[in-house]
Amino acid sequence: MFKGIIGLLAGAAALAGPVMAQQPQPEMQQIRAAVLRVDEERLPPISRLDLPVEDLGFAGARLAIEDNDTTGRFMGQDFEALEVTATPETAAAELDKILAEGIQFVVVLADDATTLALADQTGDRAMLLNARARADSLRGVDCRFNTIHVAPSHAMLTDALAQFLMWKNWPDWLLVHGSHPEDQVLAEAWRRSAAKFGATIVEERIFEDTGGARSTDSGHVQVQAQMPVFTQRAPDYDVLIAADESDIFAPYLPYLTWDPRPVAGSAGLVPRSWHPAMEAWGGIQYQNRFERLANRPIREEDYQAWLALRIVGEAATRTQSADPAVLREFILSDQFDVAGFKGQKLTVRDWDHQVRQPILLTTGVLTTSVSPQDQYLHQTSALDTLGIDRPETECSF
Amino acid sequence: MKHLLVLAPALALLAEPALANRVFVTNEKGNDVTVLDSETLEVLGNYPVGNRPRGITISPDGSELYVCASDDNLVRVFDPNTMEEMHTLPSGPDPELFVLHPSGNPLYIANEDDNLVTVVDVKTKQVLAEIPVGVEPEGMGVSPDGKIVINTSETTNMAHFIDTDTFEIVANVLVDSRPRFAEYNHDGTKLYVSAEIGGTVSVIDPATQEIIKKITFEVPGVLPEAIQPVGVRVTNDGKKVFVALGPSNRVAVIDGETDEVKDYLLVGQRVWQMAFTPDEKYLFTTNGNSNDVSVIDVAAEEVVKSVPVGQQPWGVVVAPN
Repeated sequence: MFKGIIGLLAGAAALAGPVMAQQPQPEMQQIRAAVLRVDEERLPPISRLDLPVEDLGFAGARLAIEDNDTTGRFMGQDFEALEVTATPETAAAELDKILAEGIQFVVVLADDATTLALADQTGDRAMLLNARARADSLRGVDCRFNTIHVAPSHAMLTDALAQFLMWKNWPDWLLVHGSHPEDQVLAEAWRRSAAKFGATIVEERIFEDTGGARSTDSGHVQVQAQMPVFTQRAPDYDVLIAADESDIFAPYLPYLTWDPRPVAGSAGLVPRSWHPAMEAWGGIQYQNRFERLANRPIREEDYQAWLALRIVGEAATRTQSADPAVLREFILSDQFDVAGFKGQKLTVRDWDHQVRQPILLTTGVLTTSVSPQDQYLHQTSALDTLGIDRPETECSF
Repeated sequence: MKHLLVLAPALALLAEPALANRVFVTNEKGNDVTVLDSETLEVLGNYPVGNRPRGITISPDGSELYVCASDDNLVRVFDPNTMEEMHTLPSGPDPELFVLHPSGNPLYIANEDDNLVTVVDVKTKQVLAEIPVGVEPEGMGVSPDGKIVINTSETTNMAHFIDTDTFEIVANVLVDSRPRFAEYNHDGTKLYVSAEIGGTVSVIDPATQEIIKKITFEVPGVLPEAIQPVGVRVTNDGKKVFVALGPSNRVAVIDGETDEVKDYLLVGQRVWQMAFTPDEKYLFTTNGNSNDVSVIDVAAEEVVKSVPVGQQPWGVVVAPN
């Protein structure tokens, strides 16, 4: 008897279904983003520890979406990030597809030129979050209002190391830079940092990329002969600064310089946005979460993609909104800050849309120091001792 | 022979002045607990307690000492008199901080890596519930009547109000970045939640779950970024609130009625957690980077001594008897 009634009730409920659907239900707000990674054709890296990984950047994005969704459960918000790979040739078409879907937050992992082209293509249709390109020009003469630079600029990285070298009392630098345009850009950042912090570049040398000398087979034998010769007869210097954005020679330099001098810059003591051995400020939990998700140590691109999507998530949480216009406005306001496991709040510079952040100075296995160094003071934020400050910016939106 | 050994510590305890309590400090990197005497402020001994010990608490009757052994993924339970391990409790992965129900049972544990709060019966050693919370749960507080447990999630930036009968989250309060600790005042009319990166302490009305005030801090000559509120303790009369300010190496003293900062006390480096003696004569602070404990005279609001302990002191609890 009872069973019959229950059966009937169920039937009634089923009939009532369409009616119920019209009633207001607690609806999840959807916040959609995309991660567009543009992979260039290039030689394998000097060290096989740096071999490309399939999920570079995407793994960091997935962790951010997990983090955002966990918070979103309590806020009624659901986050999603499409993962798109492209080549420099197909990037524009892929971006069009993303924008056609109405997605208004696009994390871009691309080189300097492609990042700029994608920003111009996007216009005011979306906010781009640059999670790889480091060129100072992207924050200067070529700055775009629609782009937030999550990746630190060259100037921030070189200033971070320069502060440490000055604290160490190593003010005389031998600058060795590569022959590619991106190496020249990095070398220029070093010249700027030297002038800013009172270091002297005693001599500059160019390491021409002539194609060989990679450490396959007998490569290391040649390298062992080449590097001391290349660095001999330098004026007296404290530290060799390697500017090798193209990954052609810098990792060969430590312990092979003619004079017994430390190497810093693109090898030796390297300034980075993140490092898989970072433990402080909750870093252990962050590394654990990432490694459990990706089954590998984290890379800078992952951290930067994670931070980019956390910026979107944090804005959605704080504004309790999914409206991209509301989120964009909030991210660019002086109300916005986000935590990034670096011991202080991270904010966005209003003059060039660069994310302010401490820079880790790392060796292969550890974080040696974190800049800004305590000795460098600033009237508004010590973080603005790193990179291009408001009075010197060449950016005008 | 065995009987004599058991008697000896008991005699030693009797011989001490009645006011003395033992103070237990977890050393995160040293994998041990340093035990101090609260009156002489002497170190009584160091005892191994498992891997990466962080949160530490003691039963209301003083018979069981609980230690979060984070890297062992369990809670170890010690006899506070002998520091012998009695048994372990399941905790879920990476237990960091926990809070005991005022009755002494159950134990509410934050699982930092797993976005969970695990509830464990300390008598039956059974897990009673696993409650999904925000990202990186850390701070745990309990209302004086034991009806609500608070968990703070460091990346979600919320204080989650958990009903201790139903194990359901009944409210979420968004606070500033990286909330580390939640502490009720004694009559349950205020809840203090510290935010490490936000640099604030939110004062929440537990009845309405509204933030009624945000306490901010400013120490002359200290970079604002170094002011990172972590541990919070409130005196029984609710008149004084102490907030550990991390790498600024200060403890803020706050008027518990107006919630205004009265003073900053200079302590050791990277101060995180704190504990009162039962008579509230002293407050002990763990200073992770200088490997010591600062002893604050609560009435005088002065640091009276620092005592070297083990490597990277993290948590502290004082025996009730």
